[in-house]
Amino acid sequence: MSETMSGAQRTGWLSPIAGSRLGARLIGAATALALIGLVELAIRGGIINRFIVPLPSEILRAIPRIIVEENVLHRFWQTTQEMLWASLLLAGVGIPLGALLHRVRILRLACETWVGALAAAPIVLMYPLFLVIFGRSATTIVMIGFAAGLAPVILKTLEGLAGTRQVLLDVGRSFKLTPSQQFWKILLPAALPSVFVGLKLGLVFAMINIVGVEFLINFGGLGQLINELAERYDLPGTYGAICFVILSSVVFFDSAERLERFLRPGE
Amino acid sequence: MSHVAATVAGTSAATRRRVAMVRIAIIALILVGWEALSLSGLLFRDVVPSLTAIGRAIARLFANADFYANLGITVGEIGIGLLIGGVCGLATGILLGANRFLSRAYESLIYYLGPTPKIIFFPVMIMWFGVGSGSKIAMGAVSCFFPIAISAASGMRQIDRVLILVGKSFRATTWQMVSKIYLPAMRAPVINGVRLGLGVAIIGTLLAETKLSNRGMGYLIIQAYSTFDMPRMYALLIVLFVIAIGANALIGRMSGSDATRGSS
Repeated sequence: MSETMSGAQRTGWLSPIAGSRLGARLIGAATALALIGLVELAIRGGIINRFIVPLPSEILRAIPRIIVEENVLHRFWQTTQEMLWASLLLAGVGIPLGALLHRVRILRLACETWVGALAAAPIVLMYPLFLVIFGRSATTIVMIGFAAGLAPVILKTLEGLAGTRQVLLDVGRSFKLTPSQQFWKILLPAALPSVFVGLKLGLVFAMINIVGVEFLINFGGLGQLINELAERYDLPGTYGAICFVILSSVVFFDSAERLERFLRPGE
Repeated sequence: MSHVAATVAGTSAATRRRVAMVRIAIIALILVGWEALSLSGLLFRDVVPSLTAIGRAIARLFANADFYANLGITVGEIGIGLLIGGVCGLATGILLGANRFLSRAYESLIYYLGPTPKIIFFPVMIMWFGVGSGSKIAMGAVSCFFPIAISAASGMRQIDRVLILVGKSFRATTWQMVSKIYLPAMRAPVINGVRLGLGVAIIGTLLAETKLSNRGMGYLIIQAYSTFDMPRMYALLIVLFVIAIGANALIGRMSGSDATRGSS
């Protein structure tokens, strides 16, 4: 793309730095820092109301405070535990359901579009219903995370199993493998990359919904922390906690990406 | 979904009949199971109301003028949020997709911020835009910005280089390039982005309404929860799910038909 090619050239004196991937990223980070600096100046100059947007320097100072006083690590562990339970449920229910839909063709034809529709449904809106059924507890949060992440796990498992190369299935048949052996020795290993993609997607959906419901019902880990700080009108603390959640989700998402690349080295 | 449609189309009439039978059987099984659970008393009273109670609640909902007023407010908030977030996302995506330097410098920020749970920004939105519709619109806009920007950037990179060169050889202005070349050529990915964006805008707006509002569908849901009017809550959730899935399918169909038209 000519425009794309000329993008770095147009940056003039920045060309040597901007031309490299690392250089461009450094410029991106520097721009973000410069923007934060501008906000600091605008607040100090009275252009932005400091009762609406706290000073970035105050937010930075608030982070160690919330880590110590608000027990962030313990809250982080609570959210992580909810994530772990949701991921266990996702793997334990989603993968077998995907395998069942693959095994029973008529069921697959009947239900695959429904599962697709489930993926588009705003399941998190059912949280008041889950509150009634499971109470204001970690179970509600875990179940919402599980329900939100289930559809991609089922669909990707199904896609992986259905995409198994015919030659592999024929090899299995030539060795007269039983259906169970065919599944464990051929189908599942061949479908694993796709299954992991489904699990990654499911976990990302689960994490978004778990933190969201923690915030909404004021229970649990990091989501509750933001809600509590906002209700106390601790603005630097609220912004600091939001930064912490963003950082946690970026680390989680990046780790999931790296794990996926590690498990699919050839792709 | 297209390969599913192709699979279904390719099956014989007998298979299609069997599929329909299985679907009817599954629906019947769910309804009978629900009614049995409702009558069994295994769960707290009214947690699983009978199907007739839910049906009556849906009928009452549709006969209530308040429902339409609140639905209108929510649809308006989602629409404005989608418009603001969509235009900003589209512009950002075009910029990132057209320029490799900008893409390398800033796209990772959008890529990594995309999966962050947006509801955590709600306290900030309340500070900035107040407790009224403004904060809900902002939630919708922030939610849909990321998928639309990422889809537009990806769509921009997939545009046939020949089309861009043709535009340049005609000395098209930037606006002409955007309106005559970029947008028509990246229609399918942009519509897909809008489809994803609409889904998250609905969630963002409605969750914000459930958290702090005195009007809108989210408010009605949380009001039904507070007064433990379970049939009404189920009715509201069913209506919302049907609207959300219907809107998603409608945009998906637009994207599918566009793709087909483009390829023919």
